[in-house]
Amino acid sequence: MIAALEAEEAQLLRLLATDLKALLAEADSDKPPKDPLEQLTGISEAAPEPPTDPALARLLPDGYRDDPEAAAELRRLTDTDIREAKQHSASQLLDTLPEDGGRVKLGEDDVVAWTAALNDLRLVLGTRLEVTEETEPFGGLAPDDPAAAPYAVYHWLTGLQDELVNALLQ
Amino acid sequence: MAPERTEQPDVAERVDPDRPWVTIVWNDPINLMSYVTYVFCKLFGYSREKATALMLDVHHKGRATVSSGSREQMENDVSRLHTAGLWATLSQD
Repeated sequence: MIAALEAEEAQLLRLLATDLKALLAEADSDKPPKDPLEQLTGISEAAPEPPTDPALARLLPDGYRDDPEAAAELRRLTDTDIREAKQHSASQLLDTLPEDGGRVKLGEDDVVAWTAALNDLRLVLGTRLEVTEETEPFGGLAPDDPAAAPYAVYHWLTGLQDELVNALLQ
Repeated sequence: MAPERTEQPDVAERVDPDRPWVTIVWNDPINLMSYVTYVFCKLFGYSREKATALMLDVHHKGRATVSSGSREQMENDVSRLHTAGLWATLSQD
């Protein structure tokens, strides 16, 4: 499919996707260097702590609702893979994003990656903005209110993602 | 055939290997209805109709059971759903 982006939109996506990759890499820096087995398998010896940042926690939720021990064990097995898959989608978006906007032809594999990355961007921003199903496009603020800007970005990401998903569902 | 459980249901619940595990997807205010439908089609190979019905269950009832099987299979499903950005958990049915 062909995606058309304004220069500012391309710039914004570049910023957001770069931030997303940094966010996903963040907690890793607190950990000691990977041991050889972990490097090979992506499985760490100690269970990583659930993220304290609500946005990162939304990207990497517990797999068990009422069993912290089982959730920790599942996190130990899957945390690295999930982070890497999300970073990979964000990287693919960055690699195919036109530098100064304009029209870009995306193959199906690119659309899949963009869709996943846009979803993660919306999860992060939506969590930070504490959106609900009733949140209005400008968060109930005047469109020219500076505080409305992140809501407008969220709304724009939503529209773009919906367009891509509908192309995939065709 | 599995014996009837009449005593110590708590213990039996935890150890009964015959009870299947299920993957549950929970409603959240961010994931798009179209995206959730797409993810169910893609990850589970469900028809558009089945995926849409499950998505509507998530949306209206707050949750839906999207797959069942062994604990390992459900952990795999949950991790694939997390990779896609959906809010999923597994539990024993």
